[in-house]
Parts: sequence; C-alpha cells; structure tokens
Amino acid sequence: MNADKVLDAKGLACPMPIVKTRKEMKAMESGQVLEILATDKGAKADLAAWAKSGGHELMDSQENGDVFSFWIKKG
Amino acid sequence: MTVTAMKASEVAKKVVNNEPLFILDVRNGDAFADWKIEGGNIQYLNTPYFDLLDGVEEVVSDLPADRDVLVVCAKEGSSVMVAEMLSEEGVHAAYLEGGMKAWSEHLEPVKVGELRNGGELYQFVRLGKGCLSYMAISDGEAAVIDATRMADIFLDFAQEKGAAIKHVFDTHLHADHISGGRAIAEATGASYYLPPKDAEEVVFEYEDLENGLEIAIGSSKIEIEALYSPGHTIGSTSFIVDQSYLMTGDILFIDSIGRPDLAGLADDWVGDLRESLYTRYKDLADELVVLPAHFMIIEELNEDGSVSKKLGDLFAENHGLNIADEQEFRDMVTKNLPPQPNAYQDIRKTNMGKITPDEEVQREMEIGPNRCAVR
Repeated sequence: MNADKVLDAKGLACPMPIVKTRKEMKAMESGQVLEILATDKGAKADLAAWAKSGGHELMDSQENGDVFSFWIKKG
Repeated sequence: MTVTAMKASEVAKKVVNNEPLFILDVRNGDAFADWKIEGGNIQYLNTPYFDLLDGVEEVVSDLPADRDVLVVCAKEGSSVMVAEMLSEEGVHAAYLEGGMKAWSEHLEPVKVGELRNGGELYQFVRLGKGCLSYMAISDGEAAVIDATRMADIFLDFAQEKGAAIKHVFDTHLHADHISGGRAIAEATGASYYLPPKDAEEVVFEYEDLENGLEIAIGSSKIEIEALYSPGHTIGSTSFIVDQSYLMTGDILFIDSIGRPDLAGLADDWVGDLRESLYTRYKDLADELVVLPAHFMIIEELNEDGSVSKKLGDLFAENHGLNIADEQEFRDMVTKNLPPQPNAYQDIRKTNMGKITPDEEVQREMEIGPNRCAVR
C-alpha cells in the first residue's frame, strides 16, 4: 500500500507510538496516508481506537515477525 | 509535585480490605470493558490516554478529592504520563507500577487452614485473573496444586517456610492460564502429576493422576487423595486434603460451576459434569471446605481475602448445584456460554509442552479474565 509518509516507531513503548503518530498526522493533509511501523503489541488496538476517535481511517495493518505495520488515512 | 507508584500488592490490600479507591483507567475502551481491576469499593473512569494528550483538564473535575486516585494502563508508560499531567494541574494521583500486566501476575498468599500436627494450607489468590493455587505444607515437605505461571513465587514461598516441594499437581489441563507446575517440578525434582485423559498430547514426562491416588506429605502423613470428577475436561480430578478440604479444580466454584466446552466437547461432557457435581460430590461430607481453582466475581472473596465455602453451603446456595431438570442443566452449560478465554487454544498447547512461547508472549496470552465458569 502506498503511503505519503512513513513513521518508524519500532522499539518505542506505549504511549510513544501514538504520541508520534498524532504529531505526524497533524502535519499532514486530509486524505493523505501515514504508514506506521511499531513493535509494541498494544499499538494495534490503541491505533485502531485512536484513529476512530480522531475521525481517521485505519485502512490496513500487517504483521511481519515482530513488526506491525499500519496505514492510516487522515480524516 | 511528584508522581508516586502504587504496587500491585498495595492495590491487592485495598481490594481485600474493601478500601476506597478511584481508578482512572487510560486503556482503550475495549480493553477496559473486557477486563479491569475489580473491587467492592472502587469507582472508575475510563478515558483512553490518547484522548488526554492535549491535556487532562477535561477529567480533572471528575476526579474525587476524598479518595486515592490511581491511574492504570496496560504496562505503565501511559499511566505515568497521565499521572504527571495531573500533577501539573495540581491533582495528586499515583500510577500502577507495571500496569495491568503486574496486576495480572500478582499473587496474594492467604492461609486457609491448619492441617494435622502443625501443617498449613495456603491459597494463592491471583486477584487480577481470578486464579487460585494451593500449597500444603507439613513437616518440611510441600505439595503444590494448580500453580500459576509465576513459578518463582511458589519456590520462594516454600523456601521461606523451610519446606521442600515434593509433589506438584494440576487438577486438569488448564485453558485459561499457563501452568507453573512443570517449571516447579523441574526446579525442585518434584513429581508432576496430570490426569492422563487430559494429557494424551502432552510431550513431556509426567506421573498419572488417577482416581484413588493417595500421597502423603511430611512424617505426619497429611493425605492428599485424588477423586476423579470429569466434566470441565474429561480428566478433571479433585483432591481431598487431610480429610477436611475439597479442591474442586474447575468443576465447582463458589457461585458458579465449570463450563464443559474449553477442550472442545461440551455436549459429550455435560453428562460427566452433572454426575461429578450431583452424584460424586453429593456423596461427600457437607463439612468439607471447598477450595476451587478460580473465582469469577469479587463477591466470592471471604473477608480475609480467601475463597472457600463448606460443601453443604454450596449445595444449598449455588444455583448450578440446584437444577433438578437434566435438560435445563444441559442447556445452561452448553448454550449462551461466555466468550472463551483469550488465546485458550495456545494456552492449552503451551501446557502440553507443544509450544514454548517466550515469557513476554506468555504474558500477553494470559491477558484478560479467566472465564472458566457458567452461572
């Protein structure tokens, strides 16, 4: 999936993946897609819930070994 | 203002003593709805940490001034952040050290009885997950029953008591939590007993836990007698300890009974479950003190934090023991069951030795409530 920007949040523990995602998203335009890489297992449910509460769309997620990838479209 | 940590053991004391506490749980809504710190005198507010990143003003007015405020999250990180933000607003709040993971792993040992000739029986209450484990100690020897994953706690406790663990039992192959039985047996050289009918796929050496097996611990000969009582699983076995205590595993709880579906064969085992409860247990003395492997709700705790009740009282009060109609019983334990425990298939495989996830993964697998009962 194509992303306008990639955020590497690997190795960061909660709450940092969301804190950084939020900061990146603020600088993006509506409709643009941010790809997030994270290793924190809690990131999956939290990013989904955060995206929903912020009006963004979690378009897809993948798991490759220890690394989770998320694609979120700014609402 | 600085933020302070509250340990899981301090929270456990508050729960047992029914002390007031206000929990600001900053996990996402689903996680909070699924599983939280339960207590009779706890008030809650669930606001996810990601909704507080711009500031905590919106929750400050909801926090009480007359009771301790504890911020809780999954692992600690977010709760520290939120507690610090509250502190900047002049609100003092503690955070839960180690988060819900630490809460899930905390064990509170409670003495539940005296055995003959100075022996002692302890119950290890895992408040965060509702698991109950046991250690019988007599004359320098100990037996452990239904140990949870945190093997070191049992090893250290036995050492403190100057007892050598000789026998380790699991009443059945657990599906809701990872057993510490094998690790304890390996660390101490103790025998590890499993019901063979539950252990057909187990890949390590174990001793057969058969009906009528009698084990003595210590020179004063505290007897532990096995009673085959299938139904939760086909191998489920109870223990009668020192002719006074009945360890029921996941067959009978204080306010509920075991569910027969976690090993996959609810319809086949419902008859076994009924016979175990309504015939085998019925034949036992009313005076036996029932010690189950779980509690489901905080109301099942006694005043001292233990979980136990006389068998005769349970036959009078427990709804699951008072369903005269067989079909009604069958429907209750096979239909409308609660969701199955988190990762229960992988937990069973781990307990069989078929997979060996690393410790962090094992922790994740055990997240959530136990859900072994039907009410």
